[in-house]
Amino acid sequence: MGLIEGRFEDNFITTKLDLLINTARAYSIWPMTFGLACCAIEMIHAYGAPQMDFDRFGVIPRATPRQSDLMIVAGTLTKKMAPVLRKVYDQMPEPRWVLAMGSCACTGNIYNTYSVVQGVDQIVPVDVFVPGCPPRPEALFYGVIKLQEKIMSGRYIRKPLFVQEDTL
Amino acid sequence: MHPENIVEQIRERFPDEVQSSGSAFGQTWTVLKRDHLDDICRFLKDDPDVRMDYLIDVTAVDWLPRTPRFEVVYHVHSMKHGHRLRLKVPLEEDDPVVPSVSAIWRTACWHERETYDMFGIIFQGNSDLRRILMPDDWEGHPLRKDYPLEGPEWKFKPW
Amino acid sequence: MATVPGTFLPLNYWPVIIYLIIAIAFGILMISVGYLLRPSRPDPSKLSPYECGCLPVGDAREQFSVRFYIIAMLFVLFDLETVFMYPWAISFNRLGLYGLVEMFIFILILLVGYFYAWKKGALEWD
Repeated sequence: MGLIEGRFEDNFITTKLDLLINTARAYSIWPMTFGLACCAIEMIHAYGAPQMDFDRFGVIPRATPRQSDLMIVAGTLTKKMAPVLRKVYDQMPEPRWVLAMGSCACTGNIYNTYSVVQGVDQIVPVDVFVPGCPPRPEALFYGVIKLQEKIMSGRYIRKPLFVQEDTL
Repeated sequence: MHPENIVEQIRERFPDEVQSSGSAFGQTWTVLKRDHLDDICRFLKDDPDVRMDYLIDVTAVDWLPRTPRFEVVYHVHSMKHGHRLRLKVPLEEDDPVVPSVSAIWRTACWHERETYDMFGIIFQGNSDLRRILMPDDWEGHPLRKDYPLEGPEWKFKPW
Repeated sequence: MATVPGTFLPLNYWPVIIYLIIAIAFGILMISVGYLLRPSRPDPSKLSPYECGCLPVGDAREQFSVRFYIIAMLFVLFDLETVFMYPWAISFNRLGLYGLVEMFIFILILLVGYFYAWKKGALEWD
């Protein structure tokens, strides 16, 4: 736990400081691209195709989990690949978020078979689901904008509103 | 040379090996016995008029209610002459063993690994017969007809 | 040279000291702000070495080819030659023809060494 994480009551200073921290985090998301299948092509379009530009959101792709804060899982996750995904997610430093791009990553799509994991959220906790087969790059932008809204509404220095009890 | 002539040549050299042959939609196939499969394949590769130097695919078919249950299918092609042929080798369910052709065409090594992984057919002589598509500790052979489509109950195991 | 009255400290060096103090303070500020603000939740899986998601195999230490060392050594030598050429270039006007010829002799001596290294195959990269 960080030294000042979740310690303070709500007042003017902590609210504005939280706004500053959340703004810094939301507008400089650096994703680690976990491109698995065809959705990765649409993700490549989002990063570098001539008509679209991810950089205007502050998004710069990093190839390594150690320097990234978002993991975009783009494509079908097979059962053989699931431990690799979990390990790479574990090696990301906090704060970290996961975006499941495409129907295969959200729910397994039409592939309810012996080799496909029915949804990436069986392996890692997912923050934003972007459906589509494949989703257009504009849909991926919308997903990242939704993630930015989620980050802006977070409470970091301030105490959380409720603490979930550990259930059996 | 037309592939039908190749089948005739196989029938001449190996009198008892060819069980049947035929041709449909311009593609010629022949059903062989498994005993001298590697001799036949070596003839197909080395004979200068035939020169089948390109093994396109090794796969299998599971005809479950019918016996013999499995049928290993080879597609061979000649880069020099341009003709191709399909070889089929029927196998029983309790003895799914067939000699490997990986000494003749190197690409058969991985194709046979895939056929073993998906159907459970043992290729004798393949130096590295292990699973290639499914995880190493998987049980069962997924493309058999009695394997459930959704697979068994799966619990995620981290490293 | 003007000094601070009563001491031997030259007046011209005050900006340097202030700059040094600000630079050190800035670095300490950045690190301490990060230490206060960042979350810290280490667990064994997070601290394990990164090998694209698989378990690490083999040793991280491997043999380096000796040509890296040779190229680095040659670079240091010729870089020092360049360093010696800087003051000569700045005071070129005052040195005249004598300085020019002397620098050419210096470069010639080092060129002999360069050709020796070239012929001996130190610059081969394969």
